[in-house]
Amino acid sequence: MDDKTKKNSKSIQDKLATIKYNCDNKSHITINQNKCSKCKEKVCTFICPANVYKFDETANEVVAQYENCLECGACRISCPKQAIDWHFPASGCGIILKNS
Amino acid sequence: MDILYNADIIVVGAGPAGISAAISAVRLGKKVVLIDRAKYPGSKNMYGGAVYSEALKQIFDEKTLETLPYERIINSNTWSFLNDTGSFDLTYNNSSSKSAYAIKRFNFERWMIDQAKKEGVYYVPNTLVVDLLDDNGYVVGVQTELEKYYSRVVILADGVNSFLAGKLGLRKEFVPKDMILSVKETFKLDKKTIEERFRLKSDLSNGVAKMYFGGLKEVKNIFMMTYFYTFKDTLMLGVGVSLEDLKRNRLNINEVLDEIKEHPDIKALIKDAYPVEYSAHLIPETGYKKMPKLTANGVIIAGDAAGFINSVHFEGTNFALISGKLAGETAASINDFDYSGWNLSQYRKKLEKTFIMKDLYSYRNIIENLSKRSGSLSYYYPKKIKEFFEIITSANCISKSSQIRKFSFSFLRDRNITELLKDITTFIKCGIDIFFGK
Ligand SMILES: Cc1cc2nc3c(=O)[nH]c(=O)nc-3n(C[C@H](O)[C@H](O)[C@H](O)COP(=O)(O)OP(=O)(O)OC[C@H]3O[C@@H](n4cnc5c(N)ncnc54)[C@H](O)[C@@H]3O)c2cc1C
Ligand code: SF4
Ligand code: SF4
Repeated sequence: MDDKTKKNSKSIQDKLATIKYNCDNKSHITINQNKCSKCKEKVCTFICPANVYKFDETANEVVAQYENCLECGACRISCPKQAIDWHFPASGCGIILKNS
Repeated sequence: MDILYNADIIVVGAGPAGISAAISAVRLGKKVVLIDRAKYPGSKNMYGGAVYSEALKQIFDEKTLETLPYERIINSNTWSFLNDTGSFDLTYNNSSSKSAYAIKRFNFERWMIDQAKKEGVYYVPNTLVVDLLDDNGYVVGVQTELEKYYSRVVILADGVNSFLAGKLGLRKEFVPKDMILSVKETFKLDKKTIEERFRLKSDLSNGVAKMYFGGLKEVKNIFMMTYFYTFKDTLMLGVGVSLEDLKRNRLNINEVLDEIKEHPDIKALIKDAYPVEYSAHLIPETGYKKMPKLTANGVIIAGDAAGFINSVHFEGTNFALISGKLAGETAASINDFDYSGWNLSQYRKKLEKTFIMKDLYSYRNIIENLSKRSGSLSYYYPKKIKEFFEIITSANCISKSSQIRKFSFSFLRDRNITELLKDITTFIKCGIDIFFGK
């Protein structure tokens, strides 16, 4: 991670700390790793406003920290290979906004 | 199949479009069920900050509107071009205007749902609709995670991502160009400080909205807008950038937000305020040209789900409220039991008589045209405005006319002349579209 990415990641972490979630124990995001292995752009790793996606170099996999998701839908539309199967979290789960 | 209908009309999504649709249908004597995935009204929703009173007046009477739990009336609007160190502003104040209310979605949707319940709408929160039920090519209800609900018509008011319209094949798959991504931070600051800083009265009868263009130091070719609203004891600050531009520049939108917060003008707005919530949402840019099919057998689409919005002017809730109203009325006024897409398509005809279709048509090319000139808008002109004002404000002992001459010629020298011509034709095109629009 370069300095810019690190700084942004910390900044997002701080912002996420202000949000209330009702956590679901099941992920609402499924990634087709076969497609990812052929993906050069790795758009998901920088497009998400909650920094949900990380590329794990050792496992050679994209991992999604779905609990942080802000439910905007940007990742799904931006992935060049339609590798992200994104649903809304189950009824009543996910983000709870009170001040927006 | 013999269907036992649970309701005449099911509305999916309790945002402004869905609630308005539900109220309008119930007023015509129909049995209406309104379903939302959120546990608390409005708790999945975010926006810039203001709902418009004209649209509300078309749905609620004056007495009911008096109970709207708004936080401030927005009647000062500023448009500002940011350069690296300063800004050029245009402000319009009208302290007697009551045309926009700053209100949090958590409060707005709750208030609207309370009204809907009073009028007889059956509201089902905490319930995700996962699919639509089909009978012989007709939509006849919804499948939630737990049950099936049957109705004669389903109104889709499920917001910008509208997975359900996608499933029905009523629209094309989205591409990044179709969307603006926005993130927002809500900041807490005590009421008195807000009123002193923005010169507001303490009775909440005025408030400010500000729109900013440009302001980034390094990235010069993105189309972005920054917005700011004063609430009672909170401030809203957000940025919106085309998803396509973010992708092309490999840029994270939070970096854009953080950089804008460093601009001296923006810094001054939120000084001493502390963040209390962060949120993200898409804004549809599909507009007139990529509008989904608005009706099919047993379904109508309203609000963001249909891409009804005018993002240039930050209008969306009004499009949602009025399209929802027309959707609800259309569905409820069918009495020959013919719920075919063809029969429901009166909805589109009704929309065409309103500002919704007219504005969508007039603005059909604007964002696309402006985005093509995003480098000029967000970077070049703010820089030139700065140069101009440096000339007229700094008594630098150089003759004014020689400086102004030099400045004027710089438009021809700074960049390839074709850039200037492209800007001019784009602005003329936008002007013509609006002037000769519907
Ligand atoms: C950053 C930003 C700033 C904006 N600023 C302004 C502004 O200042 N003024 C203005 O007028 N407009 C503004 N808008 C636009 C405005 O917010 C939208 O146009 C408006 O909210 C659309 O209303 P809607 O009812 O169509 O959709 P939404 O408000 O998105 O409501 C959709 C509802 O459907 C529910 N839902 C979705 N899918 C399902 C499902 N499968 N099952 C059950 N429930 C479901 C959601 O929980 C949600 O409650 C802004 C938008 C954004 C993103
Ligand atoms: S952008 Fe899509 S295909 Fe590429 S790594 Fe991310 S999820 Fe996989
Ligand atoms: S929906 Fe938005 S917040 Fe959630 S993972 Fe996708 S991009 Fe990130």
